[in-house]
Amino acid sequence: MDIAWSADEIAFRDEVRAFLANELTDELRASGAHMTSVYADPRHARAWQAILHEKGWVAPSWPVEHGGTGWSLAQRYIWQRERIAAGAPPVSPMGVQMCGPAIIGHGSAEQKAFFLPRMLSGEHFWCQGYSETGSGSDLASLQCRAEEDGDDLVVTGQKLWSTHAHAANWGFFLVRTATLDRPQKGITFLLIDMTSPGVTVVPTVSPAGENIQNEIFLDAVRVPKANVVGAIGDGWTVAKYLLDFERGGAAYAPGLQIDLDEIEQFASEVRGDDGGRLIDDAAFADAIAQARIDVMALEIFEFRAMSDAGAGRYPAAIPSLMKIRGTELQQRITELRLLAAGRYGLAYQPQAGVSAGPVHFPHGEGDFVGPREAAIAPMRYVSERAASIYAGTNEIQRNIIAKIMGL
Amino acid sequence: MDFTFTDDQRQLRDALRGYLQRNNGFSVRTANARSASGWSESLWRGLADDLGILGLLVPEAAGGVGGNATDMMVVMDELGANLLVEPYLETAVIGASAFGAGHETELAAIARGDLRLAFAWAEAETRFDTLPRDTIALRTTVGWRLDGRKIVATAAPMATHLLVTARIGEEPALFLVEAGAVGVSQQAYPTIDGRRAADVTLDAVALPDHARVARGAEAIERLCDIGAAMLGAEALGVMRVMLDDTIAFTKERRQFGQAIASFQVIQHRMVDMYMQLELATSAVYRAVLSLGASPAERARAVSAMKVTVASACRFIGQNAIQLHGGMGMTDEVAVTHYFRRATVIETEFGSADWHRRRFAALSRAA
Repeated sequence: MDIAWSADEIAFRDEVRAFLANELTDELRASGAHMTSVYADPRHARAWQAILHEKGWVAPSWPVEHGGTGWSLAQRYIWQRERIAAGAPPVSPMGVQMCGPAIIGHGSAEQKAFFLPRMLSGEHFWCQGYSETGSGSDLASLQCRAEEDGDDLVVTGQKLWSTHAHAANWGFFLVRTATLDRPQKGITFLLIDMTSPGVTVVPTVSPAGENIQNEIFLDAVRVPKANVVGAIGDGWTVAKYLLDFERGGAAYAPGLQIDLDEIEQFASEVRGDDGGRLIDDAAFADAIAQARIDVMALEIFEFRAMSDAGAGRYPAAIPSLMKIRGTELQQRITELRLLAAGRYGLAYQPQAGVSAGPVHFPHGEGDFVGPREAAIAPMRYVSERAASIYAGTNEIQRNIIAKIMGL
Repeated sequence: MDFTFTDDQRQLRDALRGYLQRNNGFSVRTANARSASGWSESLWRGLADDLGILGLLVPEAAGGVGGNATDMMVVMDELGANLLVEPYLETAVIGASAFGAGHETELAAIARGDLRLAFAWAEAETRFDTLPRDTIALRTTVGWRLDGRKIVATAAPMATHLLVTARIGEEPALFLVEAGAVGVSQQAYPTIDGRRAADVTLDAVALPDHARVARGAEAIERLCDIGAAMLGAEALGVMRVMLDDTIAFTKERRQFGQAIASFQVIQHRMVDMYMQLELATSAVYRAVLSLGASPAERARAVSAMKVTVASACRFIGQNAIQLHGGMGMTDEVAVTHYFRRATVIETEFGSADWHRRRFAALSRAA
């Protein structure tokens, strides 16, 4: 066992830092640093992706032959930490992290040749079509139908919570091509051109007033069978592969540490309840210390998972444990941010930050009152309530772990 | 000992509930909150003329109802359940409690609905401390001169007058300032619960002698305690709706072939929400019934209540969202609006940390 980074890893960190320092524009840096949610503005995400594409750093988790970086898991971890610390916006995960692996693992040679380069360049901006009105936690019960008609599938149905569907030109969907004895059977993984006739995207407004998620209505949308990934009816296998692909690569601690750094910085600049600086306030300092301690434990947990994965070991409960603990701490830290904001945390001023989509609630333009950190705090607090709901609720994750534990 | 409501109080609650359902249903109040002004003049008039509740705490001699704190608790609870955005707390609770002898004109105007007040107490450098530090009142030959800056003054953009705390030398005092007076400027914005607030700058504002409506730290702290206690009563209505909506949703929402309310993990969560609501209710009763007690006893009961209510608001609010799943992350369902109001209530008139510290200090002094 060795807890320290190696000399090579430190050299890599320095290389990454130099790259970020040289390539990040002020606008991109502000966009990443002042996000009002976990989502970046698609325009900024695409601009940053273009810079990464030049460098060949868009898809650290992909195999090298498809345009990956060939980095070790440790290098990917370092990259993630340095990227967040420098304030770079995240590249949209829908293409590179979600759809890309499905195509790499189960796509045809033609699909790989057509989609993967366009995914890397950002020419294609992707969204996901999974959840439906009646199918959230119970995803396999999905009802969006696709009927075979010659060389096409004809898709009719409705999808929910599709992040950035309003900005996307391609979407990956789970559709039902057959009703069989088990709901997981008869599902097909399908790539749909979002500009196809019959596709309608309707904005969903979040409690923070932002349109990031969308509803997608599909009305007899014709999709070539060539866009099926894997076999017709075998979409559940593809979807599960996609979920497993990122095993060992996900990490919450880097972002959470930087969140805490930001809060401590802010708390050293504002007044606390006892008249001194907030950072010197005993109750606040204790709360920050507890969050630091929790993140430290999570960090080593993530390192252990990374180290296991590097050796080809994938303990089954790890992704669910990480998702629960990571999102709980993420939400706890938004509470600390809101606490630090004090009374200015009550003001609704999305214009002080960078929203990932159009803002629908009444709000000011340009100027804002109080510190920027205080204005962003309630946006993050409200929008990150989603973290314990999306990607499998934390209740569902606990059910998964209970099964793995043999309970 | 008696914790039951009188027949009059029950009738008041039923009448108010019916009136608000008819005249300020969810879509109407949301449209009003998102209109340019952010409030409804006709609803405000209705509170005065149809219901007579703007004068609930105004003495009968001044044209009011002469009601007590328990009556007001009943009203605030219903206003919370209705998510009313008009400045009722600021006007009918804080305003009516601020004005005493010599201010019968203002009290009558409150009861008639002609006065809409905002309570501008917070300053950038005092965090949650209730007493003014950087807003200064100076004696002039004809009255007073006010200089300073107030932050996040709730309802200020829709107010006819502001109640402003300021320091005369070392003595805190409360002044009534016309919103449109020379030297008063506002930078307005919405709050996260869809209400309106403003940072208010006071630049050599000239006031007549009788503009000073109260003096001394105890007078200001009393007003903040009354405001906090009634805000706690409002929180009960807010939380009750979140719990009821969550129970209804989980009974209806089916996954894996059954209502999600049948899962034990969901049931236990809702049991804990219910428990938090009952404890918050108890804390609010104690606070409201202690408003007439000695300043120290009143302050302890109010701070204890605020800590209990803040924790209940957070637990019930967060879990109401969680149990609504994806729907809980949309503006479509009412529960997310209640969640944002509950989040504001958590820190309005002081965070849980601030009140815990105040409670500890009061307990040591006792």
